[in-house]
Amino acid sequence: MALQSLDIKQRSATTTPAPSVRKTAEVAKLIDVSACIGCKACQAACMEWNDIRDEVGINYGVYDNPVDLTAKSWTVMRFAEVEEKGRLEWLIRKDGCMHCGDPGCLKACPAPGAIVQYANGIVDFHEENCIGCGYCVTGCPFNIPRISKEDSKAYKCTLCSDRVAVGQAPACAKACPTGAIQFGSKEDMKDYAAKRIGDLKERGFDKAGLYDPAGVGGTHVLYVLHHADRPQLYNGLPADPGISPLVSLWKGMAKPLASLALGAVALGSLFHYVMKGPNEVSKETEKEVEKEGSQ
Amino acid sequence: MIRDPKDLQRYTPQERANHWVVGISFILLALSGLAFFHPAFYPLTYLFGGGTWARILHPYIGVFMAFFFVLMFLRFRKLNAMTKTDKEWLSRIGEMVDGDDHNMPEQGKYNGGQKAMFWASVVCMVLLVVSGVLIWRAQFSPPLELVRFGAVVHAVAGAAMIALIMIHVYAAIWVKGTIRAMWYGTVTRAWAKQHHRAWYREMTGK
Repeated sequence: MALQSLDIKQRSATTTPAPSVRKTAEVAKLIDVSACIGCKACQAACMEWNDIRDEVGINYGVYDNPVDLTAKSWTVMRFAEVEEKGRLEWLIRKDGCMHCGDPGCLKACPAPGAIVQYANGIVDFHEENCIGCGYCVTGCPFNIPRISKEDSKAYKCTLCSDRVAVGQAPACAKACPTGAIQFGSKEDMKDYAAKRIGDLKERGFDKAGLYDPAGVGGTHVLYVLHHADRPQLYNGLPADPGISPLVSLWKGMAKPLASLALGAVALGSLFHYVMKGPNEVSKETEKEVEKEGSQ
Repeated sequence: MIRDPKDLQRYTPQERANHWVVGISFILLALSGLAFFHPAFYPLTYLFGGGTWARILHPYIGVFMAFFFVLMFLRFRKLNAMTKTDKEWLSRIGEMVDGDDHNMPEQGKYNGGQKAMFWASVVCMVLLVVSGVLIWRAQFSPPLELVRFGAVVHAVAGAAMIALIMIHVYAAIWVKGTIRAMWYGTVTRAWAKQHHRAWYREMTGK
């Protein structure tokens, strides 16, 4: 939805370079799961800043509210109760778009300019170009985009690209009361994460680590996890996410090759006609038939 | 309307209408489908009133075509049963394409190539309908991995179908005197004897 246009790294369904004259530093949002208290201030800030109100849903008997991402809820806290070494751990993960370095949604999108990736790493949907096919949902390894039932457009977290463009931190980071959501350059966020991970290790979480999965080219939303060896504990955060091989096959070389093949069939037919000539009824057969007719 | 009483009736008006309903739907589907196939073809969406309209219309046209394709399948399936002669014809298709049909085996109403085309398009159509349902987001939401699989199958079967129909159309253009059979139903006796001798005998008793 944002309007920057000088610093676009990639643009959906576009085969020529996007406007990229302005270079900006890569940014990242760091979510320190170990410091999250599950207050949902980030969810409130998200709806406040973007000025979107989801319908009031129903309570499913768990803290997750709403229970899933929707076209109007771009971030949700997911609560997991896990037993570790005889102790209950309440793992609370703020779910939302990961802003992948290699975004599956953008790869899958057939509408030019409906999805862009800025030089700063933010992956943004431009809903005015969205045609509502849902291919982004098919392409996403984290199951994030949601198609609105009202207007059939795809929506997800923008990482507050509008705020970031004018030097502000995303609304969720601004609102977080415990500092569990940090925002800055990706470099700085990794340094900050390293300190937090050091702390956690000292406190006995020897598998603590950073979630920045290489399979999707790294992400611009990072997690500090106490159990980085088992990200699945955090409500099914994928251990090794990547764009599905089916999506790569579908959107990779197959299509240009098939397009060329179709062109070859068309041209092949034309040249066959030109070189072999039309397949007409022979004079011989015509005469035979005439003779048979007069008998 | 038959002007020359000696002409042979190859298709009834119902068969022709059925064929063209399917043909027109196919053209609309190919144009809107190609638009989503590769960015190079995206401007084709303008023929349908833009990307969103193309996305909305494509599956409905698909359902429409599928219905009439089934009717056409029922009409022609028996005539397209493969025989030994057809297999021999297919094994010598190279000679045919080379423009020398002197030694080709005698053919009934359809030759081996036409029958192969018929069955290949049936297979493509089944794949397209099943995979199309899987990726029709506005109506269905199957598991994601199935949607991904559907997207690949739909793209492959769609491209194959377009290639098949290109060959189908070209064959009709190449073999002179053929297209009129689908326009107004008749062919000349000489055409029938030249290209489908067994059918010619059956129709004329000669």
